[in-house]
Amino acid sequence: MDSVAQRLSVVGAGAALELRGVTRLFGALAALTDITITVRPGERRAVLGSNGAGKTTLFNCITGDFPPSSGTIRFFGEDVTHFPPYERIRRGLRRTYQISALFPGLTVQDNVYLACRGVSRGRFSFLRPGQNDALMHAAENLVQAVHLSGVKDQRVAELAHGQQRQLEIALALAGAPRFVLFDEPAAGLSPTERAELIEILTSLPAHIGYIIIEHDMDVALRVVESVTMMHNGRIFKEGRPQEIESDPEVQELYLGGGHE
Amino acid sequence: MSLAHDARVPVRPATAVQRSRLRGWPDIDNPAAWAVAAILLIMPLIANGFFLIEIFATTLILGTMALSLMFLAGYGGMVSLMQLTIAGFSAYMVAVFGVSGNANISLGWPWWLAVPMALALATIFGTLGGALAVRTEGIYTIMITLAIGAAFYYFTNQNWAIFNGHTGINTVATPHFWGVNWRADIPFYYIVLAVAALCYFAVDYISRAPFGLALQGVRDNPRRMAALGFNVNAHRVAAYVFASFVAALAGVLQVWNYRQISPGSVSVGACIDILIIAVVGGITRPIGPFIGALIFVLLRTFALDFLVKLGLDGNRFRLLIGLGFLAIVFWSSDGVIGLWQSWRRRQRSGAASSSGRRGRESGQGSSQGSNHG
Repeated sequence: MDSVAQRLSVVGAGAALELRGVTRLFGALAALTDITITVRPGERRAVLGSNGAGKTTLFNCITGDFPPSSGTIRFFGEDVTHFPPYERIRRGLRRTYQISALFPGLTVQDNVYLACRGVSRGRFSFLRPGQNDALMHAAENLVQAVHLSGVKDQRVAELAHGQQRQLEIALALAGAPRFVLFDEPAAGLSPTERAELIEILTSLPAHIGYIIIEHDMDVALRVVESVTMMHNGRIFKEGRPQEIESDPEVQELYLGGGHE
Repeated sequence: MSLAHDARVPVRPATAVQRSRLRGWPDIDNPAAWAVAAILLIMPLIANGFFLIEIFATTLILGTMALSLMFLAGYGGMVSLMQLTIAGFSAYMVAVFGVSGNANISLGWPWWLAVPMALALATIFGTLGGALAVRTEGIYTIMITLAIGAAFYYFTNQNWAIFNGHTGINTVATPHFWGVNWRADIPFYYIVLAVAALCYFAVDYISRAPFGLALQGVRDNPRRMAALGFNVNAHRVAAYVFASFVAALAGVLQVWNYRQISPGSVSVGACIDILIIAVVGGITRPIGPFIGALIFVLLRTFALDFLVKLGLDGNRFRLLIGLGFLAIVFWSSDGVIGLWQSWRRRQRSGAASSSGRRGRESGQGSSQGSNHG
């Protein structure tokens, strides 16, 4: 475990994401204990672990939804530990949510437009976007990229679950993302939609790295080059997908030995 | 597989008309809106001075105050009970900086200096209150803004140096220029109509501008807005700046309307009246507060005679308003607008299927029967 972490931290001089000793307490409960992770720019990594392993808490600490109780977080070399979420997002960090966090009262197009506007100037503009508004076009392209053009003028509350999951991803890809955190993007998707999700993830530009939390090993291990196993708020193992998949300890802990 | 495919089939294909309606002015192709605009413009030909000022100008002033609440609550999800307080503060500032019967308090500035000063101070006042309120959510926002309203009411009652205690400031001067007395019924009606229309269209326009869209995003999911790069609290405070300015404009009109301002005009009851007006009218669209204000003013003005005719105490008009409030909130979560929209929907579906219409007729019959009973 140490050898992989050390190897990655050496390679990761100028890391995209660097966590050092991150701990998060909820009262007396330690949701995360002494997490140290280094992720290179463009690296794609899966975070695996059973429920309660601290995966989503890790995301919340990285984005600043909950600040860590101790430790430091660097994003492309900059110490963002005490930055509010929006400052981290403006620096190129993105995330999706396990339970879709959308704007149900607005249309699909407006949801994506807000995402584009959030990472550019003019957030407080009192002027309506015109016909040739660049961000409006960017939003339209993004809507198309996640196959939602047909419903772009519908309110999000009216969308099917799979469509909401696709919109969730579109919101995280607005602007110029440098690193994305995907929190169980395949949750509740049909096999066809999973295949589309894999296609979207693998066709992302090479410079965009991500961490993906995913229970479906068939999705997770096909779209990443490294894996971090978490257990009880600690890092349990790190390695390449094949190593993790064949590791007897991991199989016992997470796969219950039953995975083919 | 077929399920996943079906999910991507557009349920309601977007047409060019729909798109233009979404981006453009919502009322431009609505004949009813044009009719209302025309009637409002020629109102002085139809209505006498009493109706013009006591009903319509008062409706527009109260509607504009409630519009500022509608902007905060409908788009921003922030129920502020201090919108009347901001308007009242603005009204007091017009009286304090301008000309009034209390020469030892009023500074005697001309209206064109006193009014911008009042607007600026009231906007700052509302913004400071908003900056306190945005750190809270839901019921705590209501409590903080209500506390500000109550504090201001008691302060005006007890402060004699600026607010002249419980007697307030009387015979406030109104503008005269270009040889026109702008407080005469017809010119004043047009001033009020112009300001109310300006505020209405501004709110309507901003609701589709980045600022307004982001505000609706903050209402729907503040945490996600932060995860999209928005400073949620700054956005909320900015909404208070705008809403405070709208309320302050209404406050100037109010003090010109009554030519006096006293603590009774900024009481906690009056603060709650604004909430009732906005909720009765409906807080999802900017027209709602004006509909609510018209209902409120009509009830306040005529319920007295109506109740006396029924042999009841005329002062119980608030009972009627309260019952109406209960009824509307009970049957429609979105006020009169919501009732009207659901009626239109039923009308349409009723026209589509005759069985539906028969069902409704029998429903009407039974309700008439119960009325007779």
